[in-house]
Amino acid sequence: MFVRLSAAIAALSLLTGSALAQGAKPTDPQIAHIAYTAGVIDITAAKQAITKASNKDVKAFAEDMVRDHEAVNKQALDLVKKLKVTPEDNDTSKALSKQAADKLAELGKLKGADYDKAYVANEVAYHKAVNGALETQLIPSANNAELKSLLQTGLKIFQGHQQHAEHVAAGLK
Amino acid sequence: MWPGRTLLLLTALMLGAMAVSAHAATIQIVMENLVVSPAEASAKVGDTIEWINKDVFAHTATARNGDFDVTIAPKKTATSVLKKAGTVEYYCRFHPNMKAVLTIAP
Repeated sequence: MFVRLSAAIAALSLLTGSALAQGAKPTDPQIAHIAYTAGVIDITAAKQAITKASNKDVKAFAEDMVRDHEAVNKQALDLVKKLKVTPEDNDTSKALSKQAADKLAELGKLKGADYDKAYVANEVAYHKAVNGALETQLIPSANNAELKSLLQTGLKIFQGHQQHAEHVAAGLK
Repeated sequence: MWPGRTLLLLTALMLGAMAVSAHAATIQIVMENLVVSPAEASAKVGDTIEWINKDVFAHTATARNGDFDVTIAPKKTATSVLKKAGTVEYYCRFHPNMKAVLTIAP
């Protein structure tokens, strides 16, 4: 089956590709903004899935996404407050948000099993892209040790999400 | 001085031994950074398990054979008393990569 690369994933690939090539490292306030935005995107997608999904494993997966990503984002907010850092909007965050909104609209038109498959396939690809960006770009660029450590915890939990999504995807075939 | 010290030590050892045999033990199992430790623990029927969740994520200790299913809220501790013997594999329903084994002697 041909799986379309979602635009949000393309934006993350841009982050890992061109930004790195130019040697322009994102700053901590930008990293915090990107990580938080990536979390919000997944929460929004999951909330849509909770109302639209028909398969119970897909629904349970979406509930896990809301629970975990909200927990990580709350940690991120607490941390930026503690560090007195103001997350800074940037082109990567903007591209992510714009493209995630398009994907949400696209998924919104699907129904039943078609929706379930498309949502889970996107979750696999999205987590893969986020994890790649965390590993190769965001974690190595983070200056603050606590921010780095939070991103590392995030990476670990999102790797679990990716496997979980792959497992759910396999069950839908 | 030797006899006195030895007696004291013996008394302490006996008291210690009594404490162990008279009460069921409490065993702590910690969940931190999405890892259960110890990954292999031993206990007896009647012992209490203290499930300590140090993460900001909710976890569960869910037995594959259905013997127990405990939910531990973020940064909280839950307790359960072991009722049945056996070697029980358990995992977290929310984070299936978290796996461990509890061996419960009769």
